[in-house]
Amino acid sequence: MTRRGNLLAIVIVALITAFLVGLPLLRTGSISSVVSFLVPSLATMAIFAIVCIGLNVQWGYTGIFNFGVVGFFMVGAYTAAIVTKSPADGQFATYIGGLGDALAAVPLPGAGAWLPFLVAIIAAAALSAALALPLAWPIVRLREDYLAIALIGAAEVLRRIATEERWLVNGSRGLGGIPRPLAGWVNADAYNYVFLLIVVVLLLLVYVLVDRGIRSPWGRVLRAIREDEDATAAAGKDVVAFKLQGFVLGAAIMGAAGALFAFQQGAVSPETFTHFFGTFIFWAMLIAGGSGNMVGTIVGVYVIWGLWSTTLQLQGFDLPAFVEGRIPHLRDTLVGVIIVVVLLVNPRGLVPERARVSRWLDRRVAAMRRSEAAGD
Amino acid sequence: MMTEHAPVLAADRLTSGYGEVPIVRDVSIRVGHDEIVTIIGPNGAGKSTLLKSVFGYLPAWHGRVLVAGDDVTGLTPEKLVRRGLAYVPQTNNVFPRLTIRENLAMGGFTLTNGVKDRIDWVFELFPVLAERPRERAGRLSGGQRQTLALARALMLEPVILLLDEPSASLSPKMVETVFASVIEINRRGTAVLMVEQNARRALAISHRGYVLANGENRLEGSGSELLESDEVRRLYLGE
Amino acid sequence: MAQAVEKSVVEREVALARQRTTRWSQTLGPWVPWLLIGGFAAWSAVARTDQFVVGVIVGSLYGLAAVGLTLIYGIARVSHFAHGDVMMFAAYLAFFALTGAVVGSQTGDVVFPFHLGQLPGATEPIWRFSFGYGLVLAILIGATLAVPVLLAIDRFVYQPLLRRGSSTAILAVASLGVAISMRGVMLLIWGPTGRRYVGGIRTTVDIPGLPRIVADQFFIMLAAGVLATAAYVVLYRTRLGTAMRAMADNADLARASGIDIAATRRWTWVVGGGLTAAAGCLLALQSQLSPELGFILLLPIFASAILGGIGSPHGAFLGGLIVGVVGEVAVGLGVISPGYKMAVIFVMLIAVILLRPRGLLGAQS
Repeated sequence: MTRRGNLLAIVIVALITAFLVGLPLLRTGSISSVVSFLVPSLATMAIFAIVCIGLNVQWGYTGIFNFGVVGFFMVGAYTAAIVTKSPADGQFATYIGGLGDALAAVPLPGAGAWLPFLVAIIAAAALSAALALPLAWPIVRLREDYLAIALIGAAEVLRRIATEERWLVNGSRGLGGIPRPLAGWVNADAYNYVFLLIVVVLLLLVYVLVDRGIRSPWGRVLRAIREDEDATAAAGKDVVAFKLQGFVLGAAIMGAAGALFAFQQGAVSPETFTHFFGTFIFWAMLIAGGSGNMVGTIVGVYVIWGLWSTTLQLQGFDLPAFVEGRIPHLRDTLVGVIIVVVLLVNPRGLVPERARVSRWLDRRVAAMRRSEAAGD
Repeated sequence: MMTEHAPVLAADRLTSGYGEVPIVRDVSIRVGHDEIVTIIGPNGAGKSTLLKSVFGYLPAWHGRVLVAGDDVTGLTPEKLVRRGLAYVPQTNNVFPRLTIRENLAMGGFTLTNGVKDRIDWVFELFPVLAERPRERAGRLSGGQRQTLALARALMLEPVILLLDEPSASLSPKMVETVFASVIEINRRGTAVLMVEQNARRALAISHRGYVLANGENRLEGSGSELLESDEVRRLYLGE
Repeated sequence: MAQAVEKSVVEREVALARQRTTRWSQTLGPWVPWLLIGGFAAWSAVARTDQFVVGVIVGSLYGLAAVGLTLIYGIARVSHFAHGDVMMFAAYLAFFALTGAVVGSQTGDVVFPFHLGQLPGATEPIWRFSFGYGLVLAILIGATLAVPVLLAIDRFVYQPLLRRGSSTAILAVASLGVAISMRGVMLLIWGPTGRRYVGGIRTTVDIPGLPRIVADQFFIMLAAGVLATAAYVVLYRTRLGTAMRAMADNADLARASGIDIAATRRWTWVVGGGLTAAAGCLLALQSQLSPELGFILLLPIFASAILGGIGSPHGAFLGGLIVGVVGEVAVGLGVISPGYKMAVIFVMLIAVILLRPRGLLGAQS
């Protein structure tokens, strides 16, 4: 990372922080209301950071561009809902699952407060992965843009299923009243802090696990594939298998993050999971931060979501109606413009990846290039 | 064969390559009017790279390319075509989804008129192409494809034709046909610079030849001189 | 010894049988998809005429946009994920040209004083159409104005990335950024609510040989026919069009033939982008204008281009017709909800990618 790049990242992060703290302070004039605004916002950032780590595993390490993130995010959220909720009453709501009560009854200490949620997160990750594998397996060896359009299609189909199938997940009404982890143990006022703690701990856990994985020999092959697929294949690695593993792992992480999102929101509906909210902003976060390294990804989440929250704050000020009505759209436009501008100006993002790919691949690539170039 | 005028094509101490690796170093060649010149050399000698940098696909790092004495270094292929150069790559040398006639029309892209006459002229030279002018090039056999590739390059009446391994992966019978075409093309007034693996056959029809090794000039001489040179026989003709 | 002879006889029989099957599948193999498609088309044209006709109408628009997509992919080397938003954007330009309306503060539109709707008689319905000649002009203007926008995006976004040697993946992500930006601009100017060019009821008409259709659909059919014919003539009957196809086939050889690839690239955006934009304007007449529709349109458009064989313009148009008809007829059977039309198209896309990734008319590689 160059010093200048470093400085720019620090300046932007500082600016965003100033906005995040300053605007609500200006509006309300009380520190405590600033904190009560920031805590849930930070929790959202932590959840989105997990999604982006998943996306980073897919794009940054395997080169698969998943334009259907919302599919996996949504499946995770819905899975968490139907695992943790009580069985459907069949009158106001119909859905499958509803295992919350059964899991709470498991004879483990305090099971009701944590077991359903643990199961929900694991189930969300597993289902997401189970969806990713059959989608990617046949297509990934063909072309990545085919996979990208297939993933957009899959996400759209999942959104349609969530809307159409009332018996499955209550159709367009969505699912409300999703219980919250550890809610019984703390009082309601303090809950936001506890939830923030939970998601930050999980973010760190995902971070450490993925970081370990990327530094392992397995991760080295992944990075090598991204640098030069042909050379890696020539070095005797099953490129397709590695890419699939990376893709499925990424999808599982997105699913788990979806579960956390469901707990935070307390309700899920097809309306929530638009292509914009579930796919586009994550791409903006990833590209802005710099793909291929997780610190950059987290900085990207902070910057983009910070901008997002800031624009929400702006709506609280007394702005002309003409401007106020357009703030959300301006924000949407900005998400797209940021992707384009970062790719054009500094494709490595705010926090570029530090390490080059492993040295053995460099040597192989150089050798291959030479023989290829001279192959006349 | 000495020429009074500047040679049709000359590379003057040309260095070029891919990325940061120079493949061709300080190579000088020249092709006179009406000559057939062949470049031979072992695998990886930089023969095709030389052709590609002469034709402007690769930038020259040092040195110059001259066409009829004019410095054309740095001109793109599309500009060089207008200077009378034509190039036939070793592979992918036709437009597979275009018909034979369309391939030829594209060969004559820069002609403002007379495309149809020129196509008729080419059909006369290569009657096999005239049989099914609406056949897609992708459906032709290897030999027919090579013929079409030559025909496409001739559409603009080039002063010099650059051929990258015209005989590669052809049956022996087709190799004869292709070399016969090369002689015929040359007889009608086009100079030819070709790169060949099939050194013996190529040198036999060439006026002169160059031997490239490790991206540098090694030997040069007339076709028959090279064929009889001990070094060439030992290294490249496997005798 | 005898055993050995017997074995070799058996082996030969097996080999012969195998040869026969290969020969059989080789002769018939290439025809199987065509038989299936022809059969389905014939059946649905007779048994499900209404849906078939609507499918042809929608499908021809998918097809036109897919021709644009396949040209842009083949020649400009961009997997263009902004394609659907380009369609919608062009439709909004047409809408603006016709009505002069943009969304105002919170509620209600602000109407600009000069617009086509003001021309004398421009909104007077022609024949049984719901619109007057103003919309026809507006569609032409919308499709035309979208072209310089595309040229600018290519010049300032895609070309700089390509020059830097960016991968197709980076270009795809960049085009996603373009798509998001265009969607945002549409939201900013015209707001999130769906719109129609013209309000009011649509009259149906009886045309000999056709089922009863909405008069506007008849217009769409005619317009799509004209555009498809024009595209065919440009691509297959002109020097420029042949050069475009040549460049899609083999860009290096195009250069070696003296084709100006920079100019051809620009023309690709003019021809392919113009077709796409026109298809978008017409599609908005068939359904509606909505900024959210653009991204979802990518699915049928890509499916059409892949089904036809990436790089093959006439394949892409045919692919569009198939996608349109299958989508309409499948939900018309009443077995699945109309909400699943995209799901049907998704299944087709996956099936094509798995069974015949080079598409119906794609080049064999």
